[in-house]
Amino acid sequence: MQLEFSPAEIAFQKEVRTFIAENYPQNLRSVQDEGHDLSKEDFLSWHRILAKKGWIAPAWPVEYGGTGWTATERFIWSEELAAADCVGTMPFGLSMVGPVIYTFGTPEQKAKFLPGILSGDDWWCQGYSEPGAGSDLASLRTKAVRDGDHYVVNGQKTWTTMAQHADWGFFLVRTDPDAKAQEGISFLLIDMKSPGVTVRPIITLGGEHEVNEVWLEDVRVPVANRVYEENKGWTCAKFLLAHERTGIAAVARSKRGVEKIKAIARTEQDGDRPLIANPFFKRKISELEIDLTALEFTELRSLAGEAAGKGPGPESSLLKIKGSEIQQRITELALEAVGHYGAPYFRGFGEGDNEHPIGPDYAHRAAPTYFNTRKTTIYGGSNEIQRNIIAKMVLGI
Amino acid sequence: MDFSYTETQDMIRDTLSRFLADTYDFDSRSKMIASGTGRDPAIWKALAQDLGMLGASFSEEHGGLGGGYLENALIMEELGKVIAVEPYLQTVVLGGGALKAVGGAVADAVIPEIINGNVIIAFAYAEPQGRYNLANIRTTAKKDGAGYVLNGHKGVVYAAPWATHLLVTARTGGATTDVNGVSLFLIDANAKGIVRRDYPTVDGFQASEIYFENVAIPADALLGDEGVGLPLIERIVDEATVAVCAESCGVTAKLHQGTLEYARQRNQFGQPISRFQVLQHRMVDMFMEVEQSKSMTTMATLKLDLPAAERMAAVSACKAKVSRSAKFVGQSAIQTHGGIGITQELAIGHFFKRATMIENQFGSADHHYERFERLTLAD
Repeated sequence: MQLEFSPAEIAFQKEVRTFIAENYPQNLRSVQDEGHDLSKEDFLSWHRILAKKGWIAPAWPVEYGGTGWTATERFIWSEELAAADCVGTMPFGLSMVGPVIYTFGTPEQKAKFLPGILSGDDWWCQGYSEPGAGSDLASLRTKAVRDGDHYVVNGQKTWTTMAQHADWGFFLVRTDPDAKAQEGISFLLIDMKSPGVTVRPIITLGGEHEVNEVWLEDVRVPVANRVYEENKGWTCAKFLLAHERTGIAAVARSKRGVEKIKAIARTEQDGDRPLIANPFFKRKISELEIDLTALEFTELRSLAGEAAGKGPGPESSLLKIKGSEIQQRITELALEAVGHYGAPYFRGFGEGDNEHPIGPDYAHRAAPTYFNTRKTTIYGGSNEIQRNIIAKMVLGI
Repeated sequence: MDFSYTETQDMIRDTLSRFLADTYDFDSRSKMIASGTGRDPAIWKALAQDLGMLGASFSEEHGGLGGGYLENALIMEELGKVIAVEPYLQTVVLGGGALKAVGGAVADAVIPEIINGNVIIAFAYAEPQGRYNLANIRTTAKKDGAGYVLNGHKGVVYAAPWATHLLVTARTGGATTDVNGVSLFLIDANAKGIVRRDYPTVDGFQASEIYFENVAIPADALLGDEGVGLPLIERIVDEATVAVCAESCGVTAKLHQGTLEYARQRNQFGQPISRFQVLQHRMVDMFMEVEQSKSMTTMATLKLDLPAAERMAAVSACKAKVSRSAKFVGQSAIQTHGGIGITQELAIGHFFKRATMIENQFGSADHHYERFERLTLAD
């Protein structure tokens, strides 16, 4: 056991750090610094740079476009991305449907879909939740009826993140209405431009348009777009959920978040001392930082297990639970730290608007981010569901 | 970066685990504690001579296996799984740690005897007024000819009734809390003028109040240089703190496992109580605390050789987290057991008692949060 990076790992760190410094788009940096919502093009600009370099999908097997990096190198990469405050890449293609397709898909599906995921030419969204199927996902009712070499899909999905930009969606649909809940579900890839697909925005507490309702009315989907066997879609769904949970700890980004809170707390005055000298606030920061270290080393132990051939198992639910709680505590502390200036509602600059918004820069998005981040303990299987998973799969009760 | 154990380390864990399973079941442990000396000396001999376990963290030149902190952590975790009342922490981690750090003739003489099981060391550092401040020392060592004369009172010295040697912190200069003027001595536990008041501790060990009344000690009892012993003391206490955290990982893992087993077989409302979601989620929270304790202990073990400020921050982060986890897991175990949990009859309550003492050993969670903040969160 050792913590130090090897000389090769240090060289790797230097290489990726230099690459980020030299290639991260400057205009994107200023959009972030001023606290704007990011557009589709903002996200894609960085995605395309990474795709061109061949570094867009480090977790994928090399034969499908992965980098062949070790677990430690992937760890270094995510640390460097976070340290440089880079925008994330959208997970729906790269972390979710991509691994499902290269694991369960046909050669034709791999050839058709993987290149677009890697290049960023295809933007993906996830059609899982329904108004009546949240934590109890398997009770979903969107149905697909076979009609020759097509399925005809009818139903409603919700919480579909970034569907407003999506070219494609992966959907769980019921293909056998008589089967028990988890059986009778299939995994379909649906062209979002198909006739009968309607996307309607849902505005969340921070004022953002991230999520949507997706209505499917007599949408015709080729049978060739079904991944894996008919009625076996739950296998793909479970696989995807386990995959989704491994990155969800968000350790590197949370470290950066803690640093930002410290910077705010050194700037903000609390009487005749900086806020960071307030023993109560200081204790909240130290608790957060120590809990984050515990999460980091739990993830590192889990990565070491993965490298030794134990895949991401149900204990990755632990990473989801603790990671999401920490993300929330960071936004909570940031909002507490900014004091009065958490209240002004900043909607971004209008076209040609040069007036500086109200309050310090670091305060603009404190409240919206706090509101928005309540999602982390709900999405990807709520933290209560994660506890059920650990109870059943790890503790055997 | 590498998080795998070596084959030797795996072997140490397996060997010790098997030995303790055979010798340290709950009844045997209870009998040892109830016996006159409060322990079974044959176990210590076996650990030393049959298993070679006491040499695991010492160099091959001293007759050990060439290991270090990781081996200590492995061994402490296994000892925690049976709440062993062996003086490994005091003798090997603290005594051995100090000797390894100072080296020289005294290390060459004493370490092989530790490895053989002939030496037991108790660490006399705490004083009634000192709380967790290692520099808060009233015990004095006054220069007297070539040697020193010790006077003072050390409190709650674990393993002292069994000890052949005492590792003693004392003031050779300065005022009560001064950083300078602190020295560390390794002395004969039976030296003239040492008065002991022995007692059992709530977690099954034996300890003593120790009064030094004009105890004459030779010059070569001094470890390191006179008056500048505090950094060495801080270092060995940090090593011991992490070792106790490793022990806590073993203790809390067993608290969790015992609770799971109990909940599976305890029926209420016509079904095992493990079926109730509120208890399931509590047991999941216990699981997560145990796992995070392991993660923090690994982190701190790997950082023990860093420069002092980084080492201290890592150790305090670890102990703060592990202390809170020990409390949560211990209390949750008792609550889930219900009434039977608060009796002496089941092992679970005894694990809870050790976990509770670990919470404050070498500093409470609050103490370590504060030290962490001092080191990392300047204004």
